[in-house]
Amino acid sequence: MIADRVYQTTLVVFALCVPILLLLIFAEVGRAGWPALRQFGFGFLTSSTWDPVKGQFGAAPAIVGTILTSIIALLLATPLALGGAIFLSEFSPTWLRQPLSFFIDLLAAVPSVVFGLWGVFFLVPLLRTTIMPLLRDTLHLGATPFFSGPAYGPSVLAAGLILAIMVLPYIAAVSREVLMAVPRSQREAALALGATRWEAITGAVIPYARTGIFGGVILGLGRALGETMAVTMVIGNRHELSASLLAPGYTMASLIANEFAEATTDAHLSALMAVGFVLFVITLIVNAIARWLVWRVGGEVRA
Amino acid sequence: MSAIASAHGAYARPRARGLARRHGVSILMVTLTCLAAALAVVPLVAILGYLLKQGAGALSIGFFTHMPRPVGEEGGGMANAILGTLMLIGIASAVGLPVGIGAGLYLAEQRGTKLANAVRFLADVLNGLPSIVMGIFAWQFLVRPFGHFSALAGGAAIGAMMIPLVTRTTEEMVRTVPQSLREAALALGYPRWRTSLQIVLRTALGGIVTGVLVAVARVAGETAPLLFTALGNQFWSTKLTQPIAALPLQIFTYAISPYDDWHAQAWAGALVLIALVLVISVIARFVTRGGHAGGHD
Repeated sequence: MIADRVYQTTLVVFALCVPILLLLIFAEVGRAGWPALRQFGFGFLTSSTWDPVKGQFGAAPAIVGTILTSIIALLLATPLALGGAIFLSEFSPTWLRQPLSFFIDLLAAVPSVVFGLWGVFFLVPLLRTTIMPLLRDTLHLGATPFFSGPAYGPSVLAAGLILAIMVLPYIAAVSREVLMAVPRSQREAALALGATRWEAITGAVIPYARTGIFGGVILGLGRALGETMAVTMVIGNRHELSASLLAPGYTMASLIANEFAEATTDAHLSALMAVGFVLFVITLIVNAIARWLVWRVGGEVRA
Repeated sequence: MSAIASAHGAYARPRARGLARRHGVSILMVTLTCLAAALAVVPLVAILGYLLKQGAGALSIGFFTHMPRPVGEEGGGMANAILGTLMLIGIASAVGLPVGIGAGLYLAEQRGTKLANAVRFLADVLNGLPSIVMGIFAWQFLVRPFGHFSALAGGAAIGAMMIPLVTRTTEEMVRTVPQSLREAALALGYPRWRTSLQIVLRTALGGIVTGVLVAVARVAGETAPLLFTALGNQFWSTKLTQPIAALPLQIFTYAISPYDDWHAQAWAGALVLIALVLVISVIARFVTRGGHAGGHD
């Protein structure tokens, strides 16, 4: 029947939109960034000179900042998210499970710019007046290069903290689903062998779900790497490499958000596009790995 | 005794590590996970609480009906930004929904084919695309060639971000439709396309609406893709080919400004935005509960 043919073809065309869109993004952003990538070559990734006036561009501080803030975020968010997920899937009373999951999921629905607003007016002042002096002076961490220097507030640490809150619901959601997918018999077998409830989790449940949980963490990493608005608002936007977490910095996403509108020269524009391209490729790889890991266990678990 | 202990394998350790201690560790760890769950809720409460405290004072009827006023002038609102956000959501839906639902139908009906597997995987990858990359792509593709910023470019950018979400939900929901329904329709002489649209899609509609609402809630708050496409606008504008205001953009601009008046406006804007997003999210939850009855069982 002709109508069926038409219908089928229409669906295929819609389905093909997804790969075409990805290809287009890859090609267009890559093409726009190509002049900068060609001119600076590998040095684009390793140089820390970013001088739009002289036309010298190296994205190292932004790349380091992106990785650093994401690592802080994962270090802070993973234990909390995993702990919460274990509680929800293993110990929570049934009446609490639904509402608690919903509340944690709701955190993922808060727009990035609202996180940023909260960060600017609540988190950053709190860091400046309380947390940073505490870390640097009271705990004497200022002796290490990681917590030295003046505490302005907007900093790599602030960005890492905000990101931790933002990726928490993603890691928690995936971990919870993966843990729930572990067969009851795994737990029962361990308990029957005399394991305590916690030993059953560490010995029989987590090993079963490990790959999926790891996938969830990597998925969170993907989010953290590309997060833009909240980070732009609290990181201080300074193009300099610094070991101190109290110092302002840049991430790739915040660099683009902050400078794109002001980029007047073709070289500057191309350099920002190249940063976007690098970010795109990195998140593409990270997300592909995450999906593969989660799929391997959960089959159809969604974030 | 020792034979039993070895049969217990990893769990029955020698007596030195007594049962009491193992139970102690267990109770401690269970408590810690409980604490983690409680802590995971703290940020949401902290953010919403602070938002209410700061935003409620600045919120008034005028906020919804007035235009932005210059610094120092009393009052003023975000009427244009609220309209702009609604228009952008409209454009985004026009772009994202047909493609997303179509692709989702394809994935569900052609399960297991190579193309379906590839599209499913790529949809998930697209879902993780940084929003700022979507922003510069939309600028390069839809703004640069035409020489001006526009509501259309902004709407298309966030519409593209809806596609993977809608695709995957549609697929999942369509897959829950019992095969027997399809067979019954086909046996009655329905052509495949009518079976697909009038029987399968309609049965899964509740779930799909949920997916659409979740996608709308997500893109309603997107800022980064609009920075270089919709751009923002201090004036009343409904032209699709002109820059347009949007709530998230306005909040961002006001938040990073040095003026207290504007900060208050940013808080009020954030309160309105989050109310919009949360209401949509909660409705989505509600629809799912109702929709599942028809879809699943």
